[in-house]
Order: sequence, then C-alpha cells, then structure tokens
Amino acid sequence: MGNKLAVTGNQAVAEAMRQINPDVCAAYPITPQTEIMQRFSSFVADGKVETELVTVESEHSAMSACIGASAAGGRVMTATSSQGLALMWEMLYIASGMRLPIVMPLVNRALSAPINIHGDHSDGMGARDSGWIQLYSENAQEAYDNLIQAVRIAEHEEVRLPATVCMDGFIISHSIESMEFLPDDAVRDFIGEFKPLHPLLDVDNPVTYGPLVLPNYYMEFKRAQHEAIGAAKEVTLEVAREFERISGRSYGLFEDYRLDDAELALVLLNSAAGTAKDVVDAYREKGLKVGLLKPRLFRPFPYDEVADALSAAKVIAVLDRADSFGGFGPMYMEIASAMMTKGLRPLMINKIYGLGGRDFMPEHAGAVIEELRETLDTGRVKVPKEYIGVRE
Amino acid sequence: MTDTIEIRWHGRGGQGTVTAAKVLADACLSSGKNVQAFPEYGPERSGAPLRAYNRISTRPLRLHCPVTQPNIVAVADATLLDSIDVTEGASDDAVFVINTGKAPEEIRRQLGLKETQKVFTIDASKIALETIGRPLPNSCMLGALAKASGLVDLETLLEDVKKSFGGGKFSEKIITANLEATRRGYEEVREG
Repeated sequence: MGNKLAVTGNQAVAEAMRQINPDVCAAYPITPQTEIMQRFSSFVADGKVETELVTVESEHSAMSACIGASAAGGRVMTATSSQGLALMWEMLYIASGMRLPIVMPLVNRALSAPINIHGDHSDGMGARDSGWIQLYSENAQEAYDNLIQAVRIAEHEEVRLPATVCMDGFIISHSIESMEFLPDDAVRDFIGEFKPLHPLLDVDNPVTYGPLVLPNYYMEFKRAQHEAIGAAKEVTLEVAREFERISGRSYGLFEDYRLDDAELALVLLNSAAGTAKDVVDAYREKGLKVGLLKPRLFRPFPYDEVADALSAAKVIAVLDRADSFGGFGPMYMEIASAMMTKGLRPLMINKIYGLGGRDFMPEHAGAVIEELRETLDTGRVKVPKEYIGVRE
Repeated sequence: MTDTIEIRWHGRGGQGTVTAAKVLADACLSSGKNVQAFPEYGPERSGAPLRAYNRISTRPLRLHCPVTQPNIVAVADATLLDSIDVTEGASDDAVFVINTGKAPEEIRRQLGLKETQKVFTIDASKIALETIGRPLPNSCMLGALAKASGLVDLETLLEDVKKSFGGGKFSEKIITANLEATRRGYEEVREG
C-alpha cells in the first residue's frame, strides 16, 4: 500500500502531477496555488517528469497554450486559482467546446474587489457554466485522489472534456495534514497511456478545431457537449470503483454522512464539510436526526441521486462559500432544483459563510443545526437566505 | 475530545514557529498518529506575533478551523506574554510550555493559571545561543514540548528534527547543534 506523509494540499497535488507526468503543462503561478507550480517546475528541472513546461505571461495564455497542446494530441495540465481562473474565462469555454481533456487543479479563493487571497468558492462557481467537469475535495487526500481520477474521467472516450479539481485555498492548500500517496507505478498503470483523439499533429488525417459554426449547426454541437458532460456521471462512478481497488479509498458522486434517517440535513462543500461532520456527530449523540451531504461531482450535478439521498429530510440548510449576488447561493439553487424535480418539498434555508477565508467554526455549524431544529418545530422558514459569521 | 490533542503555538514571524509545528506533526506521524499543522493565515511580517496550530489524533482529523481551546500552549517568545493573552480558551488541564529564563512558579503567577493547568519553562533562547549560536528557540522548544506533553519520545523527535534539516541545505554542524538543542530542551525543561 501507499506511503503516509504529512504534506500541504499543494504538495499533495504537485505530487499527483508528478505521478501523472503530463506531456505539456503551461502555467502562470498565482497565490495560493503557486507552490503547486513551483514544486512541479522543480520536478521538470530535476528530470523527474518528461513534461514540456511552458511558462507564459498570464493565465489567459496558460489556458491558450494548454488548448493548443491538447488539440495537438498531448496529455495536458495546468493549475490556477481565483483571478487566474477569471482571466482564463474566455478560454475555458473554448477548451470544453473543442472537447479537450485538459486537467486543472483549482485552489478555491475569493475574487477581487476588495483584494483577498483566501479560501472562497467564488472562482469555481463562476466557472460553473463553462462546460468543465468539476470535482470538489475536502482535504489534501481527496484533492490528490480526485486529481488522479480526473485524468481518467476527462479522457474517457464518451466524455473527452476538461476537468477541474477544487480544494480550499490556504485552509487545505497551505495546511499540513497526514495523507497517503500511491506508488508511482500504481498511478501510471491506473491512468494508462494517453490516447489522442483526432490530434492536429496527425498530419495524414487533417482536422479543424474550433471553426465558425452558424445557427444551422451550433445547437447540435452544444447538444453533443450536454450529452458528453452528462456521461461523466457514470464514468466518475466507474473510475471511482477502479480507484478503490488500488487505494482502498471509496468515492461516489457525493458523500452522504449519517443521512439515511436524517430529518435535518446540511449540504456543504470542501473543508467546511469536515468541520461540520464533527458537529453532526455531536448532535447525533444527543439524539437529533441530522446528517450531511458533501457534493463531490458538482458538474455534471447528480440531481437524481442527491434528491434520493436527501429524501428523508424535512428541513435542509445549504451552505454556500460563494454568493450569486441578487440570487441564492449557487449550491442552494442546485439542491432546490434537485428536490423540486423529484416533487420533494422540504423547507430550505441558504447560508452564505466563509467568504474571503472567514473561519468556519464548529459553532457556526451548530447554530445552523439549531435553526433547522426551530424551522422543523415551527414549520416556517424565518429567513430564506442569510450571511452567517458576519458582523452586522 | 480526549483522543485529539490540540496545540496552539505563539511566536513571532521569522522565528521558525510554523516549522516547529510541522516538525512536531512529522514526529507524531512517525508515531502512527493523524496530524495537522497550519499557521494562522494573515500577513506574514518578520517579528509580528503569529499563531500556529497542531492537531494530533488517533482518529482521522476532519476539523478544518483554528484551534480555540488548546490542550497545549507553546510560547516561543516570552515577550509575547506582555501583549497577548496566551491562556485564551485553554482547557482546564492545559499544559503551557514557555520559552523563558523564569521559574515555572513565576510564570504561573504571571499568567494567573488555574491549579489544574500545568506550566513548564525552558530557557530555549539561551540554549539556542549556546548550541546553535543564534537565538532560534524552536528545536529546543520541541524537545521541551515533547517532554512536557508526552506526545512523542525523544528518539522519534530527534529523527524528525534531523529530517527537517535534510535536503543538503544545512551543514552537519548546524544539524548536530539543533539536535543538541532539542535534547537539552527535553532534559532541562522545568515543571512547576
């Protein structure tokens, strides 16, 4: 089995990238993912990977270079965060529209203004509609495991789409935690050889990428993209089953924690879900039927499965570490859609927490559970959407 | 949470406090525990007060937030005692490990500690000057903390201190001096 070490989230992800050994990596470092690229460039300099590392002048260029290299027929990776992802925005849609299986760790962080470099999901949620597969990770172990699995999901014949693997800035990227690495050859065998599909460098079979497509065909392209990303759901499960065989660690579309008979449910992503699990345990000991759902695959969103997992819940609190200003938080909208589509009508509240790295403490999770209990008792939602852990 | 030990370090930017938390995590990992080590994230300024944290547990660690009720408080710079309440939130059975030349009883009075709380002192800066030649207290603090807490035995700690100086950046002399500082911290720490 693997090797247990105490490392930062960034180190864990850089190690996964070393083991994946992509053909091309184009990157422009941005805090808090800088350490990923710094470590990876050391691997390149020390000859520990065979990657062609392209250092570029911006994230827009980083993604552009990745698109070129991927269309040419290489296995391609980069990493980014926050403003970096925002600057890539135009190219994100091009990567997915061209069906290029680029894999990118995203260290979740706030967007300016005001300037803030800390943990926040606004970057990832902003890229929600870009056609990229999104996997979220609670800790360094999950970020490492998800990145290795993302390669297989993105490159799967029925998918062929770019994928991003998210973890919380600083809270995970810069914190040291114990985790287990897989042996290099286990990762190499698991991801397998990269199989290029219609590569530009196959000059005997010339193809065009990203041509002009007018109204008579554009929708068919987008419909094909819709089906491809939908296929990623089954593929994610298939890849997870195989991954469990080499790692002993099991993954699904989401983690359902003590949800089976839960009348009260919390839904939240990433590191805060870990903190909330300890609080759920404390309330379970007091006899309260409370559980937690932590989405892993956010795009495509597994609406049916999520609704089934939450079907016992009479009251649900969805906690978002990002806001859609003037609307509900992005996770709330997904959970409401999932429940509504299945004809389920629990009482739901939306809490915005932890923006710009504001600590999410066990007391915050406790207060939300108390409010759920009150909502269940009164049968009435007091405030549908509210900020928590904030000065008024 | 008896199966999880939570530690809060108080130091100043540039003293190596975050590194000390990491080395402690490595040593506890070597002893088969689950570990976390992380600083308080904020502006990093040399000389400014900072906190770093450890969690050490037999269980998988899921909390991802600062330690607010530490079982162990380690203060790497005694000048912080005048400006920061290092006892804030400390558990009733908390162990304090303070880098100071003062006697433990004096620190106990100064901090107003409860009878159930323990205090250990070590003149880590002086020992660092005598061994390493620079006032870098943290190798010595690690030794003192290991003894005071019983979290990790000296041999395991020494191995991980040695590993932390690996990678060829440090001379054999510096590594030996740090190991000596760690050992002296372990042996000379005083309880009161």
